[in-house]
Amino acid sequence: MQCEDVARLLPETVDGSGPIDLAVQSHIEACLRCQAELARYRRMLRALQQLRTRYLEPSPTLLAQTLAALEEVGERQAVRSLLSGRRLAYAGAIGGAAVAAAAATTAVLLARSRRRAAALRLAS
Amino acid sequence: MATDRTPEMEEEIAALVVAAREGDREAFDELVRRTYVDTYTLAVRLTANEEDARDVVQEAYLRAWKGIGRFRGDAQFTTWLYRITANASYTLVQKRRRRRTEPLETAAEPVELRPEAQPEAAAESAVVMAQLSDAVAQLPPKLRSIVVLKDVYGLSHDDIAQELGISVAAAKVRLHRGRKKLRDILFEEQGRSAHAV
Repeated sequence: MQCEDVARLLPETVDGSGPIDLAVQSHIEACLRCQAELARYRRMLRALQQLRTRYLEPSPTLLAQTLAALEEVGERQAVRSLLSGRRLAYAGAIGGAAVAAAAATTAVLLARSRRRAAALRLAS
Repeated sequence: MATDRTPEMEEEIAALVVAAREGDREAFDELVRRTYVDTYTLAVRLTANEEDARDVVQEAYLRAWKGIGRFRGDAQFTTWLYRITANASYTLVQKRRRRRTEPLETAAEPVELRPEAQPEAAAESAVVMAQLSDAVAQLPPKLRSIVVLKDVYGLSHDDIAQELGISVAAAKVRLHRGRKKLRDILFEEQGRSAHAV
């Protein structure tokens, strides 16, 4: 096992998420250079974890812009839902009117045909 | 405002999430107020660009509002939001990459909003942390997103792979490369200056 081999493995073994090969472990225990390299990776990971609580300050307008964008989406959804409700109402009204018109036409045609039949009977 | 949250604050957030899932917009707005600094910080770290980060924050909350009904509460709300932010950031970085070729800006210097609440963070000097932030921002976007999500925010490989649309194996390989690259950037810097992580 050479230092270069260990150096290649350190990035994935440094967080202790997987088992470390015994040969690697023995090499590190005996090699000051690899111990120093491992210590560098550990310091780097520790510092990265600390970065989690280093908050960045957003522009003062970000919150207002985000809430306004949400508001806009909410309004669009409300309008869409209103329109789809109206569309249903329109479709219902048109359907009802068509049925009524068909019924009226049928009644008129029936009445005409009865009048015509009566007139024929009188004539004969 | 972002802080290290106490169990009481987590309970309040959980109650707000329940209300928001039932369609309460005011509850969701309150969730935004309580989490947006955290979300913005993650977005800057992922995009290395403040303007892009602002777009990512807005997109993330729009997606979260649309999807809050599907949030089952089996993870923390903040973790769920991190995943949405990661996905929104990935989408935006891909889109931006197709449009421009100039290098990404360097991320802003970190500002401690409540240093008294961060004893561990205060132990490391502001210079070192700024140097680390710069080094992370110098990583190629594909490697940076994995290092930030895994090593800074502690997301699992499974979650990262799912949000970035890659396999778990690819996520592991990129993490390996990202750590190696970050180490090289940091310790090359060390060679040039007295400060190092």
